[in-house]
Amino acid sequence: MTVAPVARGGLPTTPARVARAQAAILDGAAMPAGAASATASATAGALAVDAVDAVASGVPVVPALPGRTPFPAAFVAVYRGQLSRGRVARMPLMFVATLQSVGILLLLRGVVSVSDVRTCAQVVAGCTVLVVAFVALNLLAQRFGALRAAGALDYYLTLPIPGTAVVLGTAASYATFATPGVVVTAFTGALLFDLPLSGLWILAPVALLAGASLAGIGAAAGLLAPRPELATVAGQLGMSIVLFLGIIPADRLPGVGWLVRDALPSSYAVDALTETFLPAVRWGVVALDLGVCALVALATLAVAAGALRRAGTA
Amino acid sequence: MHTFAVRSLTRRHRSGDKVVVANDRIDLDVPAGEVFGILGPNGAGKTTLVRQLMGLLRPHEGSIELFGHDVVARPDLPARLVAYLGQSDLALAELPVVTAVETTARMRGLTRSAARAERDAVLDELELAGVADRPLGKISGGQRRLACVATALVGARPVLVLDEPTTGLDPRSRRAVWAALRRRRDESGVTVVLITHNVLEAETVLDRVAVLDTGRVIACDTPGRLKALVDADVRLELAWREDPPEDDPTVRWLGLDARRAGRRWTVRMPPERAREALALLTSGPAFAALDDFSLATPSLEDVYLSLGGTSRDLERT
Repeated sequence: MTVAPVARGGLPTTPARVARAQAAILDGAAMPAGAASATASATAGALAVDAVDAVASGVPVVPALPGRTPFPAAFVAVYRGQLSRGRVARMPLMFVATLQSVGILLLLRGVVSVSDVRTCAQVVAGCTVLVVAFVALNLLAQRFGALRAAGALDYYLTLPIPGTAVVLGTAASYATFATPGVVVTAFTGALLFDLPLSGLWILAPVALLAGASLAGIGAAAGLLAPRPELATVAGQLGMSIVLFLGIIPADRLPGVGWLVRDALPSSYAVDALTETFLPAVRWGVVALDLGVCALVALATLAVAAGALRRAGTA
Repeated sequence: MHTFAVRSLTRRHRSGDKVVVANDRIDLDVPAGEVFGILGPNGAGKTTLVRQLMGLLRPHEGSIELFGHDVVARPDLPARLVAYLGQSDLALAELPVVTAVETTARMRGLTRSAARAERDAVLDELELAGVADRPLGKISGGQRRLACVATALVGARPVLVLDEPTTGLDPRSRRAVWAALRRRRDESGVTVVLITHNVLEAETVLDRVAVLDTGRVIACDTPGRLKALVDADVRLELAWREDPPEDDPTVRWLGLDARRAGRRWTVRMPPERAREALALLTSGPAFAALDDFSLATPSLEDVYLSLGGTSRDLERT
């Protein structure tokens, strides 16, 4: 088997390109007129020896293997594609998510006393992360469940992109719509419960990391559930768990609740956000919580990428 | 070096409590630079076969080589060399056509300017410029399929695997797709593997065709040589305006062998007998009842049926 010259610019060489390059070399001209690829001039020299050998020996040319598209380019492509999907359908969903959290805040405002700062902080943080969970667990599980049921995962699996780019790109496109809801919830909560607004810049990393870690779980649920209806149910269930364990202050949970709370990635995001509302912020604790969130995000995204491969090849 | 070399490919799946053999010891060689077709009725195992070629399914037995690389051992490889078009378009459903084509090109590793250039070129080639900015969900079914074909054509991959690309397309769009495939084969030596259940498409655009029936390859050759297998029988088709007169002897012996579909009769016979039958019919009393007739050389459908094909599912439009 003869291996053809190295491909450049992501485009594999084909016999026609090699023939053109060889013609250029044999003619001694700088560039064949009408060479299509902009990289032809750069590769012409490199192609020289191999192309002449391959074609001269009469052995058919085998295209070289193009590399995999790197994560950043793939992520941006998936993100842009999914972002351009009809916005009309998603606005109402975001409205509902925000309304749900703000409604819970209003409800609890009547129950929790403002003087208990820690509890107030936890409640607001929990409701904020809930909006992220709605998107990451609910909507993503539904989307991937639907893709899998329609056999549409083939499209992604036959492109040279990492599975994590598909999961994150899709999640990020949904998250872009969730951002206003997250901000509105956090601000409303802080104002309602008399909490300082100064630390709210932390919303960015918190939402990002919570979103990434929960997205991995949501995508995996959607991809592995045997039927799309079950994927939807799993997403709803996950969101309810986040609601329950995120908003109820940790010290008021029953025994086993502690364990589950520690296992849930969103809890660390909630804890980090809670810290920033307190009068004496312990930035070390915040950093630690976010660090755990990041690690969990990496793990759940790897699981989701594996689930993507498995679901598509069932 | 063949593009695809398939040996003893077998894949089973469970249907209820039975095990169905979707692909049964399939051997295929797809040479480079050819438009190679896989023709068969619904349920013959065509999609299962190409999904294994793409590394999406793992064969239970047998081997697949793509330019000498073992696909079963490295199922991620076809994604890098082959552009695939499946039957579902849900992943791209609500994207505008330009975005769908451009992002697919970017995912194949093209730079932004190269992606835009190729996107514009392909959309012009398939005459989609008019609907370029509309979401896939808002254009007609045929245009949607055409847009999906466009996503497979960007990126200049050396191999294209297309699962029924012209389903739902009108004749003009179909010809545009065939022209695009032929152009790539002629100018860049691209190999095209095309699944079809449409006999006309198979006869028009394919260099070679593998005929599949219930999981087995029952023939694999150029359309011309396959048709030569069916001896020299011609196909006589008769369309009756009203019920043909049964007392006419010609009508009676034609009616014995004819495959009837309402008032349309199809009979296969040697050319001399066909000529004789037509002469008798047109000069006899049955002519008044005859609405239309046609005489045709054997098609791939006749090849399929004569090789033992059992389905009546092949289209001829």
